[in-house]
Amino acid sequence: MGASARSLQTAPHSQMAVSVRTEDLRVHVPGAEILKGISLEARKGEILSIIGPAGAGKTTFLRCLNRMAELDIDVKVSGKILVDGESIYDYDVALLRRQVGMVFSVPIPLPMTVYQNLTFGLRLASGTHGSYGDRVEKALRAAYLWDEMKDRLNEPARNLSGGQQQRLCLARTLALEPKVLLLDEPCSGLDPISTGRIEEALRRLKENLAIVLVTNNVKQAARASDRTAFFLFGELIEVDFIEKLFTTPRDPRTSDYISGRFG
Amino acid sequence: MVERSRIIGGTFQVFCALACIVIIAMLAVILGNILIHGLGTISFKFLARAPEAGMTGGGIFPAIFGTFALVVLMTIAVIPLGVATAIYMHEYAPKRSRMVHLVRLAIQNLAGVPAIVFGLFGLGFFIEFVGRGVDQTFYGGKLVYGQPAIIWASLTLALLTMPTVVVATEEALRAIPQSYREVAYSLGATRWQMIRRVVLPQAVGGILTGGILAVSRGSGEVAPVMFTGAAYFLPELPTRLNNQFMELGYHVYVMTTQSPDVEATKPILYATVLVLLSLTFLLNFSAIMIRAQIRKRLRYGR
Repeated sequence: MGASARSLQTAPHSQMAVSVRTEDLRVHVPGAEILKGISLEARKGEILSIIGPAGAGKTTFLRCLNRMAELDIDVKVSGKILVDGESIYDYDVALLRRQVGMVFSVPIPLPMTVYQNLTFGLRLASGTHGSYGDRVEKALRAAYLWDEMKDRLNEPARNLSGGQQQRLCLARTLALEPKVLLLDEPCSGLDPISTGRIEEALRRLKENLAIVLVTNNVKQAARASDRTAFFLFGELIEVDFIEKLFTTPRDPRTSDYISGRFG
Repeated sequence: MVERSRIIGGTFQVFCALACIVIIAMLAVILGNILIHGLGTISFKFLARAPEAGMTGGGIFPAIFGTFALVVLMTIAVIPLGVATAIYMHEYAPKRSRMVHLVRLAIQNLAGVPAIVFGLFGLGFFIEFVGRGVDQTFYGGKLVYGQPAIIWASLTLALLTMPTVVVATEEALRAIPQSYREVAYSLGATRWQMIRRVVLPQAVGGILTGGILAVSRGSGEVAPVMFTGAAYFLPELPTRLNNQFMELGYHVYVMTTQSPDVEATKPILYATVLVLLSLTFLLNFSAIMIRAQIRKRLRYGR
């Protein structure tokens, strides 16, 4: 990552815009509490990664931020979630989801052409089939996909390789110009080269938006993010800058997890 | 032990193959019999004219037209109704809803109701209740809709075939990965936009398959239409929704049971059955062609 990322970490955080914040976020399903009062924030200009063993509530946390969690029945979300200081429940749901974009753990291209995938959200928002050439190009460039895709826009998205598909999904989300970007293990099925491209894209993107990256790969968190939060059984054990968390964690459970002693 | 198992296995295989042969043979006998006896009577005159001389001469055009009109009207009624039901159950209703459970139970039971009961229901509900009601309200008691008519027959058939369409549509909706719906939502789709842009284009093939099955089923049914609109003998074609009509299946039934001269009717009977089978096949075939066209238009990317 190098010098630019490092300088961002040393910048005083009070001066950065807080893009998304939760206060005492709790999620219940019948008979269990999946998230037990999480207070966490992600700022524009940084990548916040979330690590933790399976079942820690990482994905659930992410899905709360764009109100996807409530699509599942019996899930009860309580606590405050703020985007740019405003409660997400004051937004129109569709608008919120455009502003808080999400990339899923498996690439899910919709069964249409590359171009139609990229403009899907835009067409929903405007209700027209207008020309989105500029936004498409910008989104593809941001996802490091433009050179590969510029001549393949009218191909079925299913024809792309796995890595290309995931970058297409990233570009599809970026085409809506969100304020916050949520990524749920976006590289879990990808080869190291595709993973590297996505991480590179994220590093450039964070200048303009807040990024929350859920990852099962501790190395990826250390490599690609600025701060890392460690979740365990629905609790936020600790959150800190990567230098701090990966060298001198406060909690013994954190050091156990990052050194691979459990999880 | 191995030897014994091999013998049982071999016997079983032979048995399965024989079962297949029996089915093919039966179909061949039925079709062959009809073809041999019926083909000779088929002529342009037979296809284009009304029955004459107490059904011992002439043609069957009114029945062909009536069956065709009946099935088209039925399709127009059953597809929106069945598809909307399935979409509500699968996309709108909360999961594990008691209401959906009840509707599904009702549909399963509907599928098991004998066709003749549908006929009686159509007579009692559509004609006696709805039709009479319409007459009393809008026509001052004059008999317009309160009698057997093509609209009531096609609505009765639509009820009969609705479970087919609902089940096929639900099957198609279930086959669409949940992740597509999540992606659509995550890109800011409302539920309607998600259904319109992602679910329906993907499901259209399955929906039309349901339609095709409904057409095959509906075009061959006699019992539901014999009380609700099919006429014994009616040389005029139905031009209004409240007209009666001739129907091929019913015509076969009438000729078999009511003919004054069995020997003279026989060739006509065979030819009519042949036409009925061909028409069913034709309706099926056109539905399949329509499905292929729509699939091509709506399903990019495969």
